[in-house]
Amino acid sequence: MLFTSYSFVLLVAATTLLYYVLPRKAQWPLLLVASGVFYWFAGPSFLIHLTVTSVTTWFAALRIGGIGGRLATALAAGKESLDKEGRKALKAKAKSAQRVWMLAALLLNFGILAVVKYANFAIVNVNAALAAFGSAEKLSFLTIALPMGISFYTFKTMAYLIDVYRGKFPAERNVFRLALFASFFPQLVQGPISRFDDLSKSLFEEHRFDRRVVLSGLQRVLWGFFKKLVVADRILPAVAAIVKNPDQYDGAFVLVGMLFYAVQLYADFTGGIDITIGISEMLGIRVAENFNAPFLARSITDYWRRWHITMGTWFRDYIFYPMSVSGPMLKLSRWGREKLGEGFGRRLTVYLTTLVTWFATGIWHGSSWNFVAWGLANGLAIIVSQECEPLYARFHRRFPWKGKPAYAAFEVVRTFLLMSCLRMFDTYRDVPLTFRMFGSMFARFDLARVFDGSLLKLGLSVADYGVLAAALVLLVASRVAKDRAGDFRSRLAERPAALRTALTFVLLLLILVFGAYGIGYDAKQFIYNQF
Amino acid sequence: MKRFRVLSFLVAAAVLMAGTLWLVQRLVEPKYDTGIVEGNLTAAYYQETTGHDVVFIGDCEVYETFSPIALWREYGIASYVRGTAQQLMWQSYAMLEDTLRHETPMVVVLGVIAMKYDQPQKEAYNRMTLDGMRWSKAKLDGIRASMLPEENLLDYMFPLLRYHSRWSSLTAADVRYLFSRPRQFHNGYYMRVDVKAATDFPPGKKLADYRFGSNAYAYLDRIAALCEEKGITLVLNRAPLLYPYWYPEWDAQMVQYAKDHGLQYYNFLAERDAIGLDFSTDTYDGGLHLNLAGVEKLSLRMGSILRDACGVPDRRSDPALAAVYAEKGAFYDAMARKQRDEIARYGHVLGYGPLQQGDAG
Repeated sequence: MLFTSYSFVLLVAATTLLYYVLPRKAQWPLLLVASGVFYWFAGPSFLIHLTVTSVTTWFAALRIGGIGGRLATALAAGKESLDKEGRKALKAKAKSAQRVWMLAALLLNFGILAVVKYANFAIVNVNAALAAFGSAEKLSFLTIALPMGISFYTFKTMAYLIDVYRGKFPAERNVFRLALFASFFPQLVQGPISRFDDLSKSLFEEHRFDRRVVLSGLQRVLWGFFKKLVVADRILPAVAAIVKNPDQYDGAFVLVGMLFYAVQLYADFTGGIDITIGISEMLGIRVAENFNAPFLARSITDYWRRWHITMGTWFRDYIFYPMSVSGPMLKLSRWGREKLGEGFGRRLTVYLTTLVTWFATGIWHGSSWNFVAWGLANGLAIIVSQECEPLYARFHRRFPWKGKPAYAAFEVVRTFLLMSCLRMFDTYRDVPLTFRMFGSMFARFDLARVFDGSLLKLGLSVADYGVLAAALVLLVASRVAKDRAGDFRSRLAERPAALRTALTFVLLLLILVFGAYGIGYDAKQFIYNQF
Repeated sequence: MKRFRVLSFLVAAAVLMAGTLWLVQRLVEPKYDTGIVEGNLTAAYYQETTGHDVVFIGDCEVYETFSPIALWREYGIASYVRGTAQQLMWQSYAMLEDTLRHETPMVVVLGVIAMKYDQPQKEAYNRMTLDGMRWSKAKLDGIRASMLPEENLLDYMFPLLRYHSRWSSLTAADVRYLFSRPRQFHNGYYMRVDVKAATDFPPGKKLADYRFGSNAYAYLDRIAALCEEKGITLVLNRAPLLYPYWYPEWDAQMVQYAKDHGLQYYNFLAERDAIGLDFSTDTYDGGLHLNLAGVEKLSLRMGSILRDACGVPDRRSDPALAAVYAEKGAFYDAMARKQRDEIARYGHVLGYGPLQQGDAG
């Protein structure tokens, strides 16, 4: 069920209506049912995966919590009889038992993810390796469908499990509540990757109907649809034309494609997240923000603090930090400091952890080498940027421009272009082709070719470009207004109901008329659905 | 008091929003004012102020084949053509059901060429046939039976969802015909006076299976049953057109069907010499459709069948009806004259829509 399908709109409308009509204690069970319906449309068999993940995570977390509880009881009972060593031994034994449960659940669930998402990628590479060594043997591909949103719900549930193991919060006792956390339908397919302690309170508490809240949520939903249908899906044919015909559209067209794809991906992904957050808001549920004006980032690290924030923090909290303080890394760090010097030796482990984290980030986005290359390229860019820090510092000492508007603008443009270049691995989906097209951008750059009427052969008419331009102006203006005077919706909430309603209706009308949808349009899934 | 104010606000807002959406929808809906005018055929029926003894139902082989004005003038038969482009059997059934909501004719003349289609064909034709129909269970069933996999019922219920992309190609006609469509037809007959002589048509390709599909038969059965239930005489016919090819095997099936169900079936293709059709002068597109000259010849033959075999009465003595048809006849003659003038002046007909700009009806 696509977010842009009529059935999804009907599901949301019916769920919202029932949510406030039924007794309040039925609210979260209703959401579980709605999530089940949503997932059923994707493929009834996928519900099995989701159920296995929910139940095994719930059970493992409950066992971990139980061990923790028994440990606390034992420690309390033996408060006087146990010495320090005895207490330590008890704790170690309990931790070890907890670790077994955690690892078992992690292995099982990441194992499922690995098999359904990466098995065929592995087979492709094994077959290529066998062929390279002259073997005629070939492994057969597995015929497994990729369950919708598996990367997202696996990450959510595994974060929950690890947090219970770390003692951040107690295990959830009700399996259905955990199932709802895993499957909450607005965020099932593209995030944000919410944390249990972040989401659970508002997810399970009872909500009274508040028309201001519902209207505000609806405005955010419509804003999301505006971005998706008026911007992302309208520019999509041009991106597809450029990317699918690299021989025809090389040189300056690569730059055009790069910029168009940046717009498409931004509008598509942030639009989807707006819809998710807006629906949640209509239901009184607070979902973590996932973006903070990423195209205004002034450095690559700044960018990744603003783009897909919940994914970035997930990799930071569950891969980067644990790996940084793991035994082997500490040993490597010691070795590095002894052999390579204090500074670089210390940085070596950080860089290695950075590369591993970005490798994981890349492969999480897709089971193909272009995503691996994209992830590693991001990691390398961050490392190079960090290695150049002394150079930057010297530059800024000599030219004290930092903080000045013109230099800030330069930093924003530089970061945008750098990230757009890295995104080419995602755009072209082929590593050698990406390098070839990147090269052609410089070798055959001829801007006149772009403006000789070719732009109108990319599947967009003058009217389409007009709508796109107007929509982009609206997007930028809304951001500028937010920075200057605060969130537009919050300010609108203070205005008379007639104005609020009228503006919401105008937004709906703009989407209905200028959106790219229905027969005649090749409306695509949200790009992030596939992850 | 507060509750009343809130309620009033909600009602006013709902009415305003619904009104705006309706207006925008009307604006972007295709007006079919020039070029392809067939999209207005279905809705034109609701402009009728008098009943009809005969209703023709089918595709272009009825709406470009029989002239109700000629039938009136020659036989005093009050008739209407409820046909649209590529109207499939399930759509003809919906059209019959819709007609029966307004009147019960004595005779229904059904074109059978659509029997060759057993499945929905093309979204554009579905829309031209069904968009103009007033909402009823018949329309809903017709839509459900007609939809292709990529179509959606909601798009029919809210045409804005289907036609919104026309915003970039709106013309003055979209504003001109915002509330009323142009008068283009003559009791459902789509007039063409131009001539393009028929040349050679390739013989029909050999088919693997000549049997009509079960879906088409099912709807023919439903049409026959509904006519029987309402006491309507059902007449089946195949228009005397050279293309699409009408296989003897298809004809045999219709002959058999008519025999099995006690219906009349006329294959006018076999009678074209007796009717006096000359495909060097009586067709406007090389034999695919008849022009006015051909239509009037065939209507003479059809009129005699309706009068003699079906007992359809002559209504010319009814002064109210005669007045209505006199006005219709004047419009008919004026359009024929206009088309002939344009052909004489420009070599071709400029348009098949209203007689002049702003001629809405």
